[in-house]
Amino acid sequence: MKQRIYYGALVLLVLFGCLPFLDSSYALRIGTFACMYAIMSVSWTVIGGFTGYPSFATGAFFGLGAYCGGVLINKGWSLFAAAGAAGAIAFAGAIALGLVLLRLRGHYFAIASLAVAEVLRELANTATNLTGGGMGLNIPMSVKGSSSVMGEASFFFWAMWTLLLLTFIVVRLIQESKLGFGLICIKQNESAADMIGVNATIYKSLAFAFSGVFVSMAGALYAAWVHYIEPPDVFDILFAIKPIVMALLGGLGSPAGALLGAFAFLGIEEAVWRNYLQIHSGVLGLMVVVLLLFLPEGMMSISKRLSQLGGRRG
Amino acid sequence: MLILQILLNAIVLGSLYACIAVGFSLVWGVLNVINMMHGSFIVLGSYLAWGAYKALGIAPWTSLLIAAPVFFCIGYGIQRGVLNRVIAAPVLVTLTLTFGLDLILNNAMLVAFTADYRQLVLDPSLGSLSAGSLVVPIDRIVAMVFSLLLTLALFLVLRRSRIGRAIVAVRMDRDAARLMGVDVPSIYATAFGLGAAMAGCAGVLLAMIFPISPIASGSYLGKAFVVCVLGGLGSVPGAVVGGLFLAIVESFGSLVLGPENSVTLSFGLLIVFLIFRPQGLLGKRGFE
Repeated sequence: MKQRIYYGALVLLVLFGCLPFLDSSYALRIGTFACMYAIMSVSWTVIGGFTGYPSFATGAFFGLGAYCGGVLINKGWSLFAAAGAAGAIAFAGAIALGLVLLRLRGHYFAIASLAVAEVLRELANTATNLTGGGMGLNIPMSVKGSSSVMGEASFFFWAMWTLLLLTFIVVRLIQESKLGFGLICIKQNESAADMIGVNATIYKSLAFAFSGVFVSMAGALYAAWVHYIEPPDVFDILFAIKPIVMALLGGLGSPAGALLGAFAFLGIEEAVWRNYLQIHSGVLGLMVVVLLLFLPEGMMSISKRLSQLGGRRG
Repeated sequence: MLILQILLNAIVLGSLYACIAVGFSLVWGVLNVINMMHGSFIVLGSYLAWGAYKALGIAPWTSLLIAAPVFFCIGYGIQRGVLNRVIAAPVLVTLTLTFGLDLILNNAMLVAFTADYRQLVLDPSLGSLSAGSLVVPIDRIVAMVFSLLLTLALFLVLRRSRIGRAIVAVRMDRDAARLMGVDVPSIYATAFGLGAAMAGCAGVLLAMIFPISPIASGSYLGKAFVVCVLGGLGSVPGAVVGGLFLAIVESFGSLVLGPENSVTLSFGLLIVFLIFRPQGLLGKRGFE
C-alpha cells in the first residue's frame, strides 16, 4: 500500500513536469508555486513527520536561502552556484543550530524554531549594506539565452520541479534508510532510542538539516525568479505554517502525503482564495481548524474511514 | 539621570509586560496549550477600550469592568467548544489549531477595523508627574498601577479561592485532581477564560499608551512568550519578575545597541534561557 502511494505520487510528479507544454503562463506560475510549496512540505516531513519535532523554522530556511541566493547572484555568481551555496549554508547552519535547539522539546522547541525566523528577519532588516534592509533587494536576470518571458518562466518551472523531484527522492531514501528508522524511534521514545544506541543528537540535527537544505535552495530559486525580495516577504510566518497544514492535509509522516497535500492545498487556494483576497488568512485559519477537528489524519484516512463506515453499516 | 529615566520607563513597561504574560502563562501551565490567540485578544481589548471611550465616553479604567467578563466568556466558550476536543493531542495539533483560530480572529479584526493605527487620546489629558529631570506621564502610571493590581488579583484568585486552588491542583497533577472530584474540563475552560480576561484587560490598559492595530498582535504574543520563559512557566510572580527583567534588558539594550536590535536581543535572551535555564528565573525544575 505504502509503496503504491509512493510510486503513484512519483508518476504524478513526472507527469506534472510536462506542464510547460501547455503553453500557458498562468499554469506555469501556479505550477512553480506548487513545486515550491511541495518542496517545503516534503522537507518538513523529515523533522515534523518522521522525528515528531514541531518545527516552525521552514520560513526561516526559505528566507535564508532567498537572501543567500539574492546576494550571491548580485555578486555575479551563476544561479546554480548560488542555489548550491544557499543549500550548503542552510545545511551547515541547521546542523549548528540543531545541536542547540533540538535539546528542547515540545512547546519550547516550537517557540525557539519560530524565533529563528524573527531574528533572521530583523538581521536582514538591519544589515542594510548586504541585504538592502527594508528597501528590499533587487536581483538581476540570471538566466542567459532565454530572452522570452515564456522561456524564463519555463526555465524556473523546470528548475523548481527538478528540485522537488530531488527533494522527494532524497526524503524517501531517508525514510527507507537507517537514519529514517532512527528518527522514527526518536519520535516514539527518545530516551529509549538513545539507550539502544541511536545517537539522538546527531540524528535529530541531520533531520533538521535535511528539512532545511532543499527549502533554502528553493528560496534561492524563488529570489532569482521574482527578481525582488524584502524581509517581510520571504520571512513570512505563513511560510512556516503552510507546509505544516499541507503535510497534515496529506497525512502526517508520509512524503507522498505531503506532496499530494501541497498540490491539494494549492488547488484549494486557487479555487477559493483568489475570490476572497480580503479574508485570505481567515479562510486559511478556518481550513486549519476544520482539518484538525474533523480530519486529523489527513486525506489519506478518508478511504479508510469510508470503509470503516461501510463496515459498520453492513 | 538618563539611566534613572530609562529605569523608570522600564519599570512601567515591565508591569505591562507582566500583565500581558500572566494570562498566557496560566493557560500554558494549566492546559499545556500555547494560546497563539493571546496577542489578538490583547488587540481586541484595546479596540474595546477605544470604542467605549470614543462612542460612549467610558474611561479605559472603567472599561476594565466590561472587558473582564466579556473576554472571560469568549475564552470559556472557545475552550469548551473547540479546544477541549483536541486537548490531549500532541503539541503540533494544539499549537496549529490555536494558530488557525488566531488567523481567523486577526483577519476579522483587519476587515472590521482596517490596519490603520488608532490612538486613544484622553481628553483632557492627565498630564505628567516630574521630579527633577525625571518625567512620567500620569496615564502611564495609571496603566502600571492597574496592571499590577490585575496581576495581584489573579494571584489572589489562584491562591485563595476554591476555583483557584482547583486550577493549581489540575496544573500539578491532573489525574489526582480528577480523583479528588475536580471537574477537569470545566477547570480547563475556567483557566482559559481567565487567561483571555487578563489579555483583554491588558489590551485595555495598553490602549492608553500605544497605538492600536491588528498588526501589533504578533509582537504582543512574542513578548508573552519571552516573559514566560524568562520568569518561569505558570507562576504569577514569575511573570512579574520576567516582565520587569525583559523590560530592563530591552530598554538598556536598545540604549547600547540601538532600538532596531531590540527584537533580536529579546529572542536571543529567550534562546539562552531555554537552553541554560529552562525553568526560568523563579521556576522549579521538573514542575510540569
